Amino acid sequence: MKIMVAIKRVVDYAVKIRVKPDKSGVETQNVKMSMNPFCEIALEEALRIKESGMASEVVAVSMGPAQCVDTLRTGLAMGADRGIHVEATGALFPLSVAKLLRALVEVEKPGLLILGKQAIDDDCNQTGQMIAGLLNWPQGTFASKVVLDKEKHEVMVDREIDGGLETLCLDLPAVITTDLRLNQPRYATLPNIMKAKSKVIKKFTPQDLNVEIKSDMEVVQVTEPPKRKAGVIVSSVDELVDKLKNEAHVI
Amino acid sequence: MMMEKWRASRRFLRCSAAVSLFDRILTPTSANSACNSAFGFVNHRGSQLCNENQKRKIGTCFHFLRGDRDTTLRTSMGTGIGSTVGLQHRCFGSAASKVQRNPLFSTLNSDDISYFKGVLGEKNVIQDEDKLMIANTDWMRKYRGSSKLLLQPRSTEEISQILRYCNSRCLAVVPQGGNTGLVGGSVPVFDEVVINLSLMNNVISFDKVSGILVCEAGCILENLMTYLDTQGFIMPLDLGAKGSCQIGGNVSTNAGGLRLVRYGSLHGNVLGVEVVLANGDVLDMLGALRKDNTGYDLKHLFIGSEGSLGIVTKVSILTPPQLSAVNLAFLACKDYYSCQKLLVEAKRKLGEILSAFEFLDNLAMDLVLNHLEGVRNPLPPSMHDFYVLIETTGSDEAHSKEKLEAFLLHAMEVGLISDGVLAQDINQALSFWRVREGLSEALLKVGACYKYDLSLPIEKLYNLVQEMRERLGASAKVIAYGHLGDGNLHLNISTPQYDDKILAQIEPFVYEWTSMHRGSISAEHGLGLMKANEIFYSKSTNVFSIAREMQNNLDTDLCTYWNMEVRAKRLS
Repeated sequence: MKIMVAIKRVVDYAVKIRVKPDKSGVETQNVKMSMNPFCEIALEEALRIKESGMASEVVAVSMGPAQCVDTLRTGLAMGADRGIHVEATGALFPLSVAKLLRALVEVEKPGLLILGKQAIDDDCNQTGQMIAGLLNWPQGTFASKVVLDKEKHEVMVDREIDGGLETLCLDLPAVITTDLRLNQPRYATLPNIMKAKSKVIKKFTPQDLNVEIKSDMEVVQVTEPPKRKAGVIVSSVDELVDKLKNEAHVI
Repeated sequence: MMMEKWRASRRFLRCSAAVSLFDRILTPTSANSACNSAFGFVNHRGSQLCNENQKRKIGTCFHFLRGDRDTTLRTSMGTGIGSTVGLQHRCFGSAASKVQRNPLFSTLNSDDISYFKGVLGEKNVIQDEDKLMIANTDWMRKYRGSSKLLLQPRSTEEISQILRYCNSRCLAVVPQGGNTGLVGGSVPVFDEVVINLSLMNNVISFDKVSGILVCEAGCILENLMTYLDTQGFIMPLDLGAKGSCQIGGNVSTNAGGLRLVRYGSLHGNVLGVEVVLANGDVLDMLGALRKDNTGYDLKHLFIGSEGSLGIVTKVSILTPPQLSAVNLAFLACKDYYSCQKLLVEAKRKLGEILSAFEFLDNLAMDLVLNHLEGVRNPLPPSMHDFYVLIETTGSDEAHSKEKLEAFLLHAMEVGLISDGVLAQDINQALSFWRVREGLSEALLKVGACYKYDLSLPIEKLYNLVQEMRERLGASAKVIAYGHLGDGNLHLNISTPQYDDKILAQIEPFVYEWTSMHRGSISAEHGLGLMKANEIFYSKSTNVFSIAREMQNNLDTDLCTYWNMEVRAKRLS
């Protein structure tokens, strides 16, 4: 069985982001970019399934400008067997990504599609759900535990939901999106980095896949949240009561 | 005139001060007498008895002070403003200085408190026991003073007034910053007044073109780093204690840290300081110029003087621009020789992008993995003998990565590295650094720790560790790590409890060994109280004499490394 993992190149989680002066977006020039943390977790899960013998190959997919290849190389260094880069400039919203993934699924025919639950730059949390809808595959989102049963051709997924945990049983092929507590991703070791240099990254364009990227959404403005005001130290209980009464209006 | 020279030494008698956990407040009379009877401290000159007594005293100290103390004490390692101690005896090779409170120093009275309250306001004159306990105890919990007063000035002018007053009253003081020092230099020895600079934490100016930052001495290093981050610059130094240590203390201790191999020492990066001398005079050497060859550059005397010449109140420092491509590799080497060769290769092949080169041995790795929470071994499980952390900082991501990968792959091919991982994002990098930066913390958790910070020739560095292991055998664990790029070894001997017998095996052997190889007994931590006595292992007597003359000329009262009995002789 083949597993396909979608990974996204985003601004590094630990970077303090700044909004561009023209408010059109977040500053990404000269800022460290890395693999989306949830995508790392997704890839790690795929690798563990492969190492347990239940999958034959892990294919990592990334979409975006040329630099996505760096992120794919990281994925290959972690242990993925092959990479696919869909080169597209311009903004890619979840629906476009889902359509491109559908086209790739038709080419590669994986038995399992694993994605991160959301990207940390747009926090959409939509791609996994959309691709499951487009493919008409069952989906197990916010997975915190994944157990594959090869004979029965199904997968048990524990989902993190508001009330606690929900366990679903999905028939394969299925879509899984990963949540934080699923696993701890491995580091890229030097021997694997060396091996990754010879692994193949195939390039596609949206035209190759017969997908038209048109977006019916447009980002109008990006602004910072209002700055937290500093606390005030009051000098007496009376002053506190006065402030609560007259400024905060809570008593 | 006499008065001035008299006041020149501000160290005074310590007695059971450190011993009793509960007996923090000592009256001068009880101190003097208790001392002689309780521990048989002998006040003779040149007596060798002091060795025994010191060790016993320190042994008891540690026994009381070690353990699960105050959780409010900060848990980071590093350096702080130091104040060092004048000694009654010059006991070479003794565990800690044999100190006695100089009866020439006065004790606080209520007039003093009123005066301070007048200058600083009620809030910044602290006599609260809990706060004093924190101010009196160092981070390692090895040293505890018995100060009864903590002052928190907010400006240079206030410090000047305080010092002028203390000078006239003959009151001893100790300057304190983040209190993260590792040699007992940031806490009082006896009942000195603690002058804590934490409230002077303003950034005065920042020049975006030249990268020159001018700030007050109480700014916490990490806060400065955060501020500079928004401006696109970084601090030229970085240490594990950054969350608590203050820049004034860093400057006074001439802190080294993790990036010295790239940005050099503070002597090169500090462009100016403003200091307040013991008599209250303010020396404005706060230039913000890259080059200024107009006479002797006196600020260098203050950088690294550990508070013995004056209190640093403002600092002007050159900050390098922030470069976007930072990469970190965590590597395993099979022996020390490979580590050395790796360093040579790294300097040559990585060249201008190398920004840190640290090493730790397998015992250190074991310690951190077992005793620190949330730390995982960056390398796949299998013990190696040596681990090396290499960081590169460059301006072009692709170029840096290519260079680093090429270097690492080559090193692997020729067998210099047996395994390694490359951090793929900032969080991974932080977790690699946690392994190295968390060592001090982990050492404190397992029990007693004898800590030595030595500069040695790189080829010989690890020989000391091996010899120490042979000497101590199974009685203690010898843990080694350090800034290999600078030839700086942090030798830590970990035992379940402080034990004089083990100490006798360590000192003076470690100092003698260092001296024999013309190394430094304190690479970056400073002398403080711990090594004030041992200065002669690394500095010749005539150099020492000139230094002391200089100190006399500055008429300093703050604190002194120097032998007090000589001072006493001069007065008579």
